[in-house]
Amino acid sequence: MTDYWSMLFVFVLATFIGLGVIRRVSRLLYTPLMSLTNAISAIAVVGSLVVVGEDHPLPIRILGAIALFASMTNIVSGFLITDRMLKMFKKQ
Amino acid sequence: MTQAIAQLAAILTAALFIFALNYMNDPKTARHGVTAGVLGMAVAILATWAQPGIVHHVWILGAIAAGFLVGVPLSLVPLTAVPQRTALSHAFGGLAAGLVGVAEYYLWLREPAQFTPFRTAALVVEVILGFLTFTGSLMAAGKLQEIKWIPQRPVTYPGQNFVNLGVLGAAGVLGVLLVLHPTAPSAPTIFPIIAGLALLFGVFLIIPIGGADMPTVISILNSYAGLSAVAMGFVLNSSLLVVAGALDGSSGLILSIIMCRAMNRSFANVLFGAFGTVQKVAATGEQKVWKQETVEGAAQLLEQARLVVIIPGYGMAVAQAQHKVRELYDALTKRDITVKFAIHPVAGRMPGHMNVLLAEANIPYTALAEMDEVNPEMPQCDVALVIGANDVVNPAARYAKGSPIYGMPIIDADKAKTVLAIKRSKNPGFAGIDNELYVQDNTWMLFGDAKTVIGDLVKQFAAGGLH
Repeated sequence: MTDYWSMLFVFVLATFIGLGVIRRVSRLLYTPLMSLTNAISAIAVVGSLVVVGEDHPLPIRILGAIALFASMTNIVSGFLITDRMLKMFKKQ
Repeated sequence: MTQAIAQLAAILTAALFIFALNYMNDPKTARHGVTAGVLGMAVAILATWAQPGIVHHVWILGAIAAGFLVGVPLSLVPLTAVPQRTALSHAFGGLAAGLVGVAEYYLWLREPAQFTPFRTAALVVEVILGFLTFTGSLMAAGKLQEIKWIPQRPVTYPGQNFVNLGVLGAAGVLGVLLVLHPTAPSAPTIFPIIAGLALLFGVFLIIPIGGADMPTVISILNSYAGLSAVAMGFVLNSSLLVVAGALDGSSGLILSIIMCRAMNRSFANVLFGAFGTVQKVAATGEQKVWKQETVEGAAQLLEQARLVVIIPGYGMAVAQAQHKVRELYDALTKRDITVKFAIHPVAGRMPGHMNVLLAEANIPYTALAEMDEVNPEMPQCDVALVIGANDVVNPAARYAKGSPIYGMPIIDADKAKTVLAIKRSKNPGFAGIDNELYVQDNTWMLFGDAKTVIGDLVKQFAAGGLH
């Protein structure tokens, strides 16, 4: 039971860190910010990895494989397009 | 031992993600953010993959390869298509969360001890949020991409909010039932119904949303995608997922609040208010008409100016005019005219859309100004050049109580000494009547495709024969 409390604790603290950090993000960069946070939240990939990688029945692994594909797509396209956009912001 | 390594890796990844976002506070350091993010992700994936329980390596490799195959082309879309790519990636995030939730549910059925109330509740939230984000974001992406069979205009019908909330409410009630009796004989029937209702709700949620609301809706979906990752973290007992999801969720939340404030509307009003349905304001007595200006005349006005403020809107993106705008910017700055770009927070179809398009065209980011910075300077502005923007410069927002945009903060284009507005069609349509800026005494209209009109302006300057 204590486990769940500490998880909620982590959630609340991480949200405050998130709000603090995001509030300071340059207003110019909201579009790349969104693609970056998108790639970051694709950390759900570790969940899919476990579902597809462990020795579960076939239908479960298929669900896991689709989820892994979806997360991986977000990681790859998210980081690449963020970098592509950020490269364009120049001072002069 | 591997367990300890996995925990250390998770802490390292969480720290790297926070650094990644921190680097985004300045365009100069922002690219380090990508490096930190990629590093964190690689650490997390490798540490998980190395766990002894993972045996189906070929499956993993296959799914990762497929992810690259789709992900790389998706990262190369034209920047005008970035809003729909973003919506699509929210859909993928929601789908992943939903599917993992379904998989976990069926795994738990085989060892019912897993169904503690807390974890079951987290599972229900994960599945509902994941699947509604999936279909909702797909709908949003479809609307943004202007796919034929998805209506662009907001679709509303009487009792719509009742139906929508009813669907969500039903999913919620069934969810509570499942938490109370996770192993009841009916539970395996209830679970797919919850998933189905969530999928349906996502579609219903986006049907009444119009284009002007997209920046807010995309931000809200961003937040949901993050929260579904948090719920997955609770289900899988992973603090890393909770942290990363919370970062994404709070980012979406802050952007949603900024977008809502920039339209003077509440979340509820965006989601349930169907902004796009045009509430006609009673026509005022006198019908003013717009005055048209020639390209030569406009070029002359611009050349005599000292401060020019360019106000871009979605029309600039549609016309792909940003590169021509850059040429105009060059021509003007070469003549020692100060040029600023006034960016309204909700201009375009997602937060920051205009900034990215202008940066793509190599306009230095120091020339891009926020609404609040530029408004005090508008009375000194000689020419305000409006390119495909409409609501964000409509003075009716200040006083027309019946107007859907009443109370929305606007860029004070009307206070400039002269206004030049580029508009696609001569058709008075809604905009011609509704936007008083266009019929103001000091406003001149330039009709035509933004790219062509600005191209012609640039040619006028190049010819130099203005004297």
